[in-house]
Amino acid sequence: MAARLLPAGNDPIRPGATRALSLSVDGEPIDGVEGQSIAGVILASGRLSWRRTSSEGKPRGLFCGIGVCFDCIVTVNGERDVRACQRRAADGDVVQSQHDALPEVRA
Amino acid sequence: MSHRSVLVIGAGPAGLAAARAARAAGASVTLLDSSDYLGGQYWRHLPAARPAGNEKVLHHGWSTFSALRRELEADAGCEIVLGAQVWALETAHGAEAPTVHALIGPVDGIRRSGRSFTADALVLATGAHDRTLPFPGWDLPGVFTAGAAQAFAKGERVAVGSRVVVAGAGPFLLPVAASLTQSGARVLGVYEANGIGRLLRGWLPRPWRLLGASKKAGEALGYLRNHLGNRIPYRTGQAVIAAHGTDRVEAVTIAKLDAEWRPIPSTARRVSADAVCVSHGFTPRLELPIAAGCALDADRFVTVDGRQATTTASVYAAGEITGIGGVDAALAEGQIAGHCAAGGHQGDPVVKAAVAARATFTDFASRIEAAHGIRPGWTAWLHEDTLVCRCEEVSYGRLCSAASATDSASLRSQKLSSRAGLGICQGRVCGRTVEQILAAERPGGMRDGASTDRRPIVAPVRIGELAAAAADQTSSPTLISTERP
Ligand SMILES: Cc1cc2nc3c(=O)[nH]c(=O)nc-3n(C[C@H](O)[C@H](O)[C@H](O)COP(=O)(O)OP(=O)(O)OC[C@H]3O[C@@H](n4cnc5c(N)ncnc54)[C@H](O)[C@@H]3O)c2cc1C
Ligand code: FES
Repeated sequence: MAARLLPAGNDPIRPGATRALSLSVDGEPIDGVEGQSIAGVILASGRLSWRRTSSEGKPRGLFCGIGVCFDCIVTVNGERDVRACQRRAADGDVVQSQHDALPEVRA
Repeated sequence: MSHRSVLVIGAGPAGLAAARAARAAGASVTLLDSSDYLGGQYWRHLPAARPAGNEKVLHHGWSTFSALRRELEADAGCEIVLGAQVWALETAHGAEAPTVHALIGPVDGIRRSGRSFTADALVLATGAHDRTLPFPGWDLPGVFTAGAAQAFAKGERVAVGSRVVVAGAGPFLLPVAASLTQSGARVLGVYEANGIGRLLRGWLPRPWRLLGASKKAGEALGYLRNHLGNRIPYRTGQAVIAAHGTDRVEAVTIAKLDAEWRPIPSTARRVSADAVCVSHGFTPRLELPIAAGCALDADRFVTVDGRQATTTASVYAAGEITGIGGVDAALAEGQIAGHCAAGGHQGDPVVKAAVAARATFTDFASRIEAAHGIRPGWTAWLHEDTLVCRCEEVSYGRLCSAASATDSASLRSQKLSSRAGLGICQGRVCGRTVEQILAAERPGGMRDGASTDRRPIVAPVRIGELAAAAADQTSSPTLISTERP
């Protein structure tokens, strides 16, 4: 088990009607709910990471959740470096994970 | 009545209270926030696309927030601009407030439009973000700041894990555990680094002063009683000192700490978990006050006087950037700042209650620091290969060896040679940690007086947007303030 969206029926806040949306993330369709962030949709699908670091190729995903750390950046509809925790998902968004190789070889 | 104009940056509790008070004093108000909702971190909530009948169960003071929002949204004298990322301030001369440059549109989008704002007075209310100290494995997916868990629980109804450990320091860990539970996660335990002795010494002196803060103390007790109760263990003097896993967190090591936060090795034990949420306090978002030239106090919060005026003419500050006092302090300070920015006085009857509340909750802030402030022994849980700077992937070992090899007491040259703090987050996550580690490596500390809080460009801006901004503003070619020596 991992991150997940609380099913509406179990939620004490009595959620009203929502609209579904679907993203393509690295070519794979992922369903979410309108109003979620891109990070929220991906996390709730059970995927915890969507970026590889430049130097060591380590996986990263959500960390600060409020737009401060830039760990969560993705390419959205061709626009690079978009913070997935801050950008609301729009139905049909095409999201690609980023791995930016280092510009130079390190000693 | 005033005919002044007041620009408020930040629509959290402090900024909302400032906007309302400035309007009540007759000023015209513009309220900016980079997010697309009002409420800031404290009242982060579900978007309009996800209506809920009883959202208030996730919040404290929801009726206060609803009233603020309703009033400001209905008020033609208050322009609310959301999705407005302020990226630079341009200081003015004399008594004029700085010009504020914002990019408006979808977060980090390529087609945002630039807009510049001027007003008679500026209220800065940009809040704070979590400070999370590094530990081995903190870069694994599944390790989050406590704020991330809170933001996704309240703002999306997503629990960041199903078996979750909450750790760090401060009263904030309690609402985080409560929100996780309310979002369907199982919280395995809340681990507060400070021992019960320090907690009591920090919170209990002069208890009569807490009477005024009883609502806030009641909120904390309510968490302990209702949400945590017997279901979630609350352990003091313990910390998560490592996270384990290959591509994601599978377990954590928890150990007892001594009073200086050095782990006691014989007490280490492993607990399996699929998420760990860690916060050791908050760091104020100081880039705008610094760009405006506002002085900071010894604890690196914005210096303000009784009117919440900063040392820069026509610039006021309120909320977490002036001290970590929580929502009630932010509301009181915001109200005073907005009132005075609109031309009012701190002695005016309309702000009497706010002035009294401010005194109570500033006391609250010093208690939080006395009971929960970071102790220096934590570096004992770092390994040579533990990342300190997540963006540039600089390890503790590399930072220390760069520090000893360069033999420079300049923070800037240390950063340049190690690359710590130079990544895309601009040192927001690791800046203070890097400073602290370098100072410990070089007795006498860094001598150039530089600080990792200074970020002339407040948010990453795309080259095209900069060019467009420059083309729009040919009269002022130097949009970006340069770093001072
Ligand atoms: C993630 C998180 C969750 C929290 N949850 C709780 C909680 O549940 N309970 C609790 O007691 N305390 C909580 N806190 C502590 C919280 O900071 C305070 O209680 C309260 O929100 C402070 O109010 P404020 O108005 O000073 O700042 P904030 O509420 O942080 O508001 C600041 C606002 O300024 C905006 N802003 C910042 N920089 C810019 C810029 N450059 N351009 C445009 N807009 C900008 C931000 O988007 C934000 O909306 C939380 C803190 C964080 C970081
Ligand atoms: S998770 Fe930190 S910026 Fe998105």
